[in-house]
Amino acid sequence: MADPMKMRATLKGDTAEVRVLMSHPMETGQRKGPDGKVVPVHFIQNVEVKLNGKTVIEGQTSQAVSRNPVFSFRLKGAKAGDKIEVSWLDNKGDKNRTEIAIA
Amino acid sequence: MRAVVCSAALWLALAPPVAAQSTEAEVEKYRKMIAEDNPGELWEIKGEKLFMQKRGSKNVSLEQCDFGMGPGVLKGAYARLPRYFADADRVMDMEARLLHCMKTLQGFDHKAALKTKFGNLNRESDLEALATYIAAQSNQMPIDVRLEHAKEKEAYKIGETIFYRRMSKMDFACASCHADQGKRIRLQDLYNATNKTEIDRVMSGWPAYRVSNSTVRTMQHRLFDCGWQMRLPNVEYGSDWTVALHTFLSVSANGAKIGVPGMRR
Repeated sequence: MADPMKMRATLKGDTAEVRVLMSHPMETGQRKGPDGKVVPVHFIQNVEVKLNGKTVIEGQTSQAVSRNPVFSFRLKGAKAGDKIEVSWLDNKGDKNRTEIAIA
Repeated sequence: MRAVVCSAALWLALAPPVAAQSTEAEVEKYRKMIAEDNPGELWEIKGEKLFMQKRGSKNVSLEQCDFGMGPGVLKGAYARLPRYFADADRVMDMEARLLHCMKTLQGFDHKAALKTKFGNLNRESDLEALATYIAAQSNQMPIDVRLEHAKEKEAYKIGETIFYRRMSKMDFACASCHADQGKRIRLQDLYNATNKTEIDRVMSGWPAYRVSNSTVRTMQHRLFDCGWQMRLPNVEYGSDWTVALHTFLSVSANGAKIGVPGMRR
């Protein structure tokens, strides 16, 4: 999926405050579309965060999370130049990822 | 019995202002929280892609569109809009100009271009994404709408007249809701257009991510929505009516630092 993902990381001492803005419809499967039919479930199931290639966060999310979710977390022991990669996988098998280096 | 009833009534009379104040504080807290990661930024990114993409029957991008500072110049262009355009011989705001370029440069048909003017949960809007991108190129700059051409001065005067004119079935003017301090509809605080601080804050934040609509909304949508709420006849996208009103409101907010996408409930 080419839909954009935006990540921001600010370093405070040895902790990086990271925020990721993800673009995803996050359909619960309970909403009816304009044709009157139920819009099928479509949501991010897995989110993975890697610091310099090593997985540090692995999360399972459900359709309870809203559309265009914002995921924010703190990484202790981060330094300037460290590479953070955030990737997700949804229930349809679509993936997306983004990577930044801490300024 | 009578004494108890009296004191109860007194308590009820005193309670509401305090409750309203704490609601306001909570909404402000919520706004700050969301503003730090505005989903509207995703529309800005999508808008940039759409802007550079070859589209329409002529299969060209919008890169040569003249938003008032010359073809292809986007930085600061939004801050100067609405303004007069000689090639169309009318005053246009950013969205009216965008529509103009989509039709003349890219060869879009009027109806086709406006097909998805306002997005919803079932379909995304190109225009909303494009508008967000274009406006963001004027971020941190002050609103600087000048009334130099005769038609620009006329648009301002017409916009001001519209603002104060009571219209249609409910006899509402924009001023009915927006020309007094501290007004509110249900739980929505209404800004006061005659208060410089408030109009600056409001106008510098359009386009804005509207949380209740899960999409970015623009000034054209705002005017359309107000029109709907006031039970006015159909408000046309980019029409002279909307541009005149937009001119009046923007000039009132001249000097305000642009910060888009903003945030609305």
